[in-house]
Amino acid sequence: MRVAITGMGIISAIGNSVEENFDALVSGRKAITDIANIPTVHANVIKVGEIKKTNDELATELGLSADNNYSRTAMLGAIAAKQAVENAGISDINQYKTGLISATSVGGMDTTEKHYYDYFNDENLVKYIAAHDGGDVAQKIAETIGLKGFVTTISTACSSAANAIMLGARLINAGKLDRVVVGGTDALAKFTINGFKTLMILTDGYNTPFDDNRKGLNLGEAAAFLVLESDKVVKEQNKKVLAYVSGFGNANDAFHQTASSENGEGAFLAMEKAFKLANLKPSDIDYINMHGTATPNNDLSEGRAVIRIFGEENVPDFSSTKAFTGHTLAAAAAIEAVYSVLAMQNGVVYPNLNFETPMQEFHLIPQTEIKHKKIEHVLSNSFGFGGNCSTVIFSKN
Amino acid sequence: MDALKQELKEKIIAVLNLEDVSASDINNTDPLFGEGLGLDSIDALELIVLLDKDYGIKLTDPKEGKNIFQSIDTMADYITANRTK
Amino acid sequence: MKTYINGIGCVSAQQTFEGEFAATFATNENLNVLPIVAPPYKDYFSPIAARRMSKAVKNGIVASTIALDEAKLQMPGAIITGTGMGCIEDSDKFLKAIIDNKEEFLTPTSFIQSTHNTVAAQIALGLQCKAYNFTYVNAAVSFESALLDGKLQIEEGEANSVLIGGIEEMTDYTASLFKLAGFIKKDEEGTFPMLGSKTSGTVFGEGAAFFVLENQKSDSTYAEVKDVEINNEIAAEILQLKVFDFLAANNLTVADIDLLVTGINGDAHFSNYYEELTQKQFAGTPQVYYKHLSGEYNTASAFGLYVGANIIRSQQIPGILKSNDQSRPAYKNILLYNQYRGLDHSFTLISQA
Repeated sequence: MRVAITGMGIISAIGNSVEENFDALVSGRKAITDIANIPTVHANVIKVGEIKKTNDELATELGLSADNNYSRTAMLGAIAAKQAVENAGISDINQYKTGLISATSVGGMDTTEKHYYDYFNDENLVKYIAAHDGGDVAQKIAETIGLKGFVTTISTACSSAANAIMLGARLINAGKLDRVVVGGTDALAKFTINGFKTLMILTDGYNTPFDDNRKGLNLGEAAAFLVLESDKVVKEQNKKVLAYVSGFGNANDAFHQTASSENGEGAFLAMEKAFKLANLKPSDIDYINMHGTATPNNDLSEGRAVIRIFGEENVPDFSSTKAFTGHTLAAAAAIEAVYSVLAMQNGVVYPNLNFETPMQEFHLIPQTEIKHKKIEHVLSNSFGFGGNCSTVIFSKN
Repeated sequence: MDALKQELKEKIIAVLNLEDVSASDINNTDPLFGEGLGLDSIDALELIVLLDKDYGIKLTDPKEGKNIFQSIDTMADYITANRTK
Repeated sequence: MKTYINGIGCVSAQQTFEGEFAATFATNENLNVLPIVAPPYKDYFSPIAARRMSKAVKNGIVASTIALDEAKLQMPGAIITGTGMGCIEDSDKFLKAIIDNKEEFLTPTSFIQSTHNTVAAQIALGLQCKAYNFTYVNAAVSFESALLDGKLQIEEGEANSVLIGGIEEMTDYTASLFKLAGFIKKDEEGTFPMLGSKTSGTVFGEGAAFFVLENQKSDSTYAEVKDVEINNEIAAEILQLKVFDFLAANNLTVADIDLLVTGINGDAHFSNYYEELTQKQFAGTPQVYYKHLSGEYNTASAFGLYVGANIIRSQQIPGILKSNDQSRPAYKNILLYNQYRGLDHSFTLISQA
């Protein structure tokens, strides 16, 4: 499996472009802050990875008319997808058989949650009813990049964008599409803030992945898209290849609705599948971008699964970048895909911020300082509710 | 204490949507989690909210719930000792 | 490898979960939101197990169980679902609680149950199935995306058997929003006939339809799935051309299509798309519709596939489904076409196995 990545676009709390995100990562500049855009009673007990732009600012950036019904999720997705298409040097999006595979968990809920009762009293709000579902987000993104063709959306909680990348790669590999824009987007919303609060897995401070005293995650918002293109298009258009999707796997933990199994079975199976498809060995991996949400449950489960695959003494350099951006839910695997590609392009392992005390259950110490070395292969994990475990392997060549 | 235990059984059935279970089916010493009623960690979170809403007890660490929710008896003891409502 | 439908389970506004196909199908033109005919849930799971289950999860489990039983399959090689709106009952509940209680005393159950992949996850949990598990959430092509992915799994040898399904649920709150937005026909209209309707909006429903896809024929085979194509936008003027291209890619012409199954839903604003096919080159082709029986919802096209697959297997078209009076001596190739409010067009081609 070798599917070429020819373009990337991203907007997150740590930057509004690929360059800005990379700059923040190598400068150790996290963006976990107090929430500004959403009024919530929890404002002083949580910190979030918020994009410091209002919806009006995003709409202006996209040149939307005053009567638009774009949700914040849709706007973030549109901005990132537009960047990716530009970065890939695409001038005519419909020239080849092109698809869009988006991913979201919030959909337009960031907007519709504001008007629950108000719809019946204000006819100007009725236009947002159609903006609620995942499909609307994808359609808005498709309209922004002018795509008419194969458009769909995956929603498997926090593994969504990895699954979008997977489907895109499979469709290109099978010759069903010539190229595909894949990724994910999720905006912060009262719905998710409160939802995660009820699960008691939010930290009131800064998230500390793989730390023995970790208390939970910081939510974040972001969008990122990558352009995957077939060898035929890369050749015909003389495209510069940024990296390749070389392996992937999806498996189900089938243990519990939200918690991961003790021995990380789903994660283990996903990684195993990815290696098989990539025809690579664990020792080929130079860097693991962990799911690492800093919840007591995830880091233990993921740690165990990683040890099962690599062997406790042979786990390569690893870190979770969620200490920088927060957990961006359905966008997470997409922004982390961008970070994985950048890691290979620049030969950089990002630091796992906020780490102090190793976990007691095993010997796993994340990379805490930025490290410069040649990186040929990166493994990226993303695990979602419903036991949905996904792994993607990226390769330089 | 007996009145509280009866009240707890009825609330648990209502809050957790346990159709087909009546208060008389639940014994005071039966395990609520794992075996017995077979409740799980999501049900535990529901009971934590119940403690707060109906009895004014705020738990900050979900792991505390494990001991408190062992049985109707342990729940009633804990509530009696800590309730603010 | 070829893809065969070897098991189907359907829960809908008709009695579709057991008995002879279409035996009790009946139209009800007095309702603009059709309620489901509920299966005996207690036969499929205990009330305690069901304590958190929404309608979507309950119906999804019943439909998938029926499909797996029919195909005599214990463990599918993949589970893929499609749902346009997801578990809105729980989603609406959690949101209402947030607003009514000003973010206090909220409980996690409805939040957890509201995630779109809950149905697929619950099915996997029940079967202890650790295989590939995806959920598509893209309005009217949610189910076709699942079908496309399932077929790709089989073609590429990634799995020998795939369980796919389309699920949707309706709530009073969402129905009221849809009426406000004009998606559902106005109550004041009184009756809601679907064919030839002159008003905009449609009649909504809910349901779950699951299919077992396998790479081998069996004695429970309904049909072969030949091809699936989705397009977010197609201008009405070129719809026919797109269909011809789709058929040509499968070495077929209009004449080879023995039956056209349309997602006609009585919405006069968007009926022109259907008319581009039904009144032009396909005018001489037998045609059926189904949303007068199932109601409209993002994954109603799964009910359409259930109808098409049954017609191919039985080689009979129940009168209540017919939208014209053409007939053929045999029904070898069936084309299904659906779109919703002018977007998310899908072409599905199934053939006699």
